[in-house]
Amino acid sequence: MAIISVRDLVVEYDGRRVLDGLNLDIEHGETMVLLGGSGSGKSTLLRHIIGLERPKSGSVYVKGIDITNCSPAELKKVRHSIGVAFQSAALFNSLSVNDNVALPMRELTKLAPSIIDLVVWMNLSVVGLADFGNLYPQELSGGMKKRAAVARALALGPEILVLDEPSAGLDPIVAAELDELILLLKQTFQMTVIVVTHEMASAFTIADRIAMLYKGAFRSIGTKDEIKASQDPRVRQFLDRDPGDKGKEPAIATYFQKYLQTPEANL
Amino acid sequence: MATVFDSVGRETISHLDYVGNLNIQWWATLRAMKSSLPFIGKSYRWQTAVQQMLQIGVDALPMVSLMAICTGLILALQGATELRRFGALHYVIDLVAVGFTRELGPLLTAIAVSGRSGSAFAAEIGTMKVTEEIDSLRVMAIDPVEFILGPKYLAALISVPCLSIICNVCGIMAGGLFMFFSTHLSPPLYFRYVLASIKLRDVISGLIKSVAFATIIAHVSCLEGFRVSAGADSVGRSTTSAVVKSTFLVIVADAVFTAIFYFTGQA
Repeated sequence: MAIISVRDLVVEYDGRRVLDGLNLDIEHGETMVLLGGSGSGKSTLLRHIIGLERPKSGSVYVKGIDITNCSPAELKKVRHSIGVAFQSAALFNSLSVNDNVALPMRELTKLAPSIIDLVVWMNLSVVGLADFGNLYPQELSGGMKKRAAVARALALGPEILVLDEPSAGLDPIVAAELDELILLLKQTFQMTVIVVTHEMASAFTIADRIAMLYKGAFRSIGTKDEIKASQDPRVRQFLDRDPGDKGKEPAIATYFQKYLQTPEANL
Repeated sequence: MATVFDSVGRETISHLDYVGNLNIQWWATLRAMKSSLPFIGKSYRWQTAVQQMLQIGVDALPMVSLMAICTGLILALQGATELRRFGALHYVIDLVAVGFTRELGPLLTAIAVSGRSGSAFAAEIGTMKVTEEIDSLRVMAIDPVEFILGPKYLAALISVPCLSIICNVCGIMAGGLFMFFSTHLSPPLYFRYVLASIKLRDVISGLIKSVAFATIIAHVSCLEGFRVSAGADSVGRSTTSAVVKSTFLVIVADAVFTAIFYFTGQA
């Protein structure tokens, strides 16, 4: 049985359809990459999978519970099994890295402070930040912030790890290190990992399966090899980094050509 | 005509919705306050509350004291101008002492706290919303209202009445300064007259007002922060709105309390 099932998910903002009847199953222990261009709806889908928003229609089942239509207590229980690292890392600036990672344990468990300190150190060691626990988020680099966010997401030992654009804005070396970390976490903790990204290299390194979104609908769902071999024009365009309709002149070029013909430009 | 009714109806529903949200937030915070209390609550939340008390109370002390001294002198000077004509200059003592204890102390403090801390609350929560920190609390199954507002409300409930008392003392001292220089009334004698003119019910009514003002400032400011949608301009608007709405509601509440105390014979 799939650990996460999305059924006929429809999302609209002010009458504008953002997700159009999505269906997706994510199996226990697999790494699913949600791939797609900007505005394709992948972050919106992610926000529905983690229960931050309610859809217009459709369902999202996490561990058999429909989180679009469940009680607050059930939603809370489901959330205990999900760890999320946001695109912006979303660390609390008033707390040190140690306190950020300790926060879910202090709030949601009755663990002794010494045990919490130990778990914090272990989690920070896993992401390579054991020596930086006393720093504050504003003192960390972009890559370190994302690692700290992953450490916090791991705090309660989640079954599902959700990463929103983990390598966005990072240089290729740091991005590759994060990919290594995701693979390590999956192997070590046997978790289900969902990653939202538009970085092709990252997607093909970490994914078991890839779901390709385009304008709010899945164009293709399959393994890495299936996606690579896809002949869907939109998937190929994304994989080949094709800028689109080559016959059509970009609007900005037309604007500049018109401007260069005006008397003002030829003074 | 239909348009007028439509817009009046819409505005009425919007205001009722706002008041409803304030009430829901207030009850949620009252339920959450236990976890911010010392000894029985979570220790780090009490530490957060103490930090907030320092920011709301101690940091505002110079400003509130100076405002109280200036207002005390203004009240004494304006009062003396009229009362001197009737040979009743000694009533300046009653005017300043009773005026500050019942009215000006709590009101001046509330205006200062609304401008300083109310804006800070709204900006802090608004920024947390923009940077996905509120979302990260929700996905960790931590109630943002409980986590953020609990310590802030507790701190406001303790700091604002304390500041109010200090404001009263400073204002009354300014009155004493005026009396010393204008009539050579010795400070010990002045304070004896002050104690004779103030009744316990004046102090209690002032403290009741300052507790109500603390509630209004904390809840309106935090609600404005939670209503931030996206972007820096939205944070700016919510900060302005927090100060304007909380100051306005403080004055309305002051009028209501004064009327209640007057008609029940407490003032």
